[in-house]
Amino acid sequence: MTAGTFNPRLQEIAEDFGAVPDTERLQLLLEFSEELPPLPARYAEHRDLLEQVPECQTPLFLAVEVDDDGTVHLFFDAPPEAPTTRGFAGILHAGLDGLSADEILATPGEFSSQLRLQDLVSPLRLRGMAAMLARIKRQLREQQG
Amino acid sequence: MTVVLPYDSAPKFQDYARPEMLVTTEWLAGHLEDPGLVVAESDEDVLLYETGHIPGAVKLDWHTELNDPVTRDYVDGAGFARLMSQKGITRDTTLVLYGDKNNWWAAYALWVCALFGHPDLRLIDGGRTKWIAEGRPVTTDVPVRPQADYPVIERDDTRIRAFRDQVVAHLGQPLIDVRSPGEYTGELLHMPDYPQEGALRGGHIPGAKSVPWSRAAAADATFRTRGELEAIYQAEAGLRPDDDVVVYCRIGERSSHTWFVLHHLLGYPQVRNYDGSWTEWGNTVRVPITRGESP
Repeated sequence: MTAGTFNPRLQEIAEDFGAVPDTERLQLLLEFSEELPPLPARYAEHRDLLEQVPECQTPLFLAVEVDDDGTVHLFFDAPPEAPTTRGFAGILHAGLDGLSADEILATPGEFSSQLRLQDLVSPLRLRGMAAMLARIKRQLREQQG
Repeated sequence: MTVVLPYDSAPKFQDYARPEMLVTTEWLAGHLEDPGLVVAESDEDVLLYETGHIPGAVKLDWHTELNDPVTRDYVDGAGFARLMSQKGITRDTTLVLYGDKNNWWAAYALWVCALFGHPDLRLIDGGRTKWIAEGRPVTTDVPVRPQADYPVIERDDTRIRAFRDQVVAHLGQPLIDVRSPGEYTGELLHMPDYPQEGALRGGHIPGAKSVPWSRAAAADATFRTRGELEAIYQAEAGLRPDDDVVVYCRIGERSSHTWFVLHHLLGYPQVRNYDGSWTEWGNTVRVPITRGESP
């Protein structure tokens, strides 16, 4: 995979968002928010292990794990009253969880701008998703040493 | 001549300067079907309405609907008329606003509607939090309201809105900074990876007293009583009842809440919201800034 390209799963998500009319695009984001998996107990009971993403209007917390075989697992925590933030996390989880570190690091930072949500959600709110991705990538680089 | 919907006669409201600006959840539950009433939800999160809202309520988003998409300003008279008409709101509508986080964004939406002088604006005391906490009905059904014909009314920016040069001229007179203590002292800009603030300098406008906006709300998201509010804004922050006050925060949203409290609940005759707020002041060349805890 070359730098700055979408992996097939993210590409499919971006295409799904591009294919539906405006009103349904928000519903699609809501569906991603509902599909975000809950935190496993090891994080739910130790939220201090999560990194805060203050760029999101409602703070979001995340953790990044890399298995021995190089598979990356992503964990997110955001309250139910922040469905937009949860939706962004749900998209990143659906599009990136289970990939390799290199595949995730190759994701363009401007991915969030490909979802055609600027007018519906506002660029300010979208910054939160770019910040989540940036922090995931930074954690991966740190873990790679 | 249109008939004004009855006001909520809740005893707590009668102590406020303008009791007609508030309704209780109980009052609303009994008036949801009234013709001439439109309920609008305005939240920080643009999707929260979609997860469930008061039956019949329309959505009013501060960012995508009330702001001009290009210029840093609010919609103009034609844009506001189009927006209200789409939502089935006429100039005679009793527009009842509510939202999340102690009505933070609902107060902002109300302030923008007040720039256009909409005659009958009310807030639900306690907002979304209280309605849901009381187990009242919510729905994901989006109401289909007939298109209305809202007139084009030019925005009046002279009474309740302040611009930067007016704030410069106001220095030395009462100012309330409603941001968090860390933003007020200037510490927060030093947090790493916090581009959201978007200001090059930290601190506050010289002379501004720090009263974080949410102090006006009780634990159940309702407004504090008049006596409690006077203790905060008069006894503690030192405002006098005839003061000309300017309030600000980061982009003018949290300070709309304080504007509502000072103007409508405590009856200050002149309260202006400086919506440029810290994202303008903290980026402006050579305006004075004070760091630290003292005004």
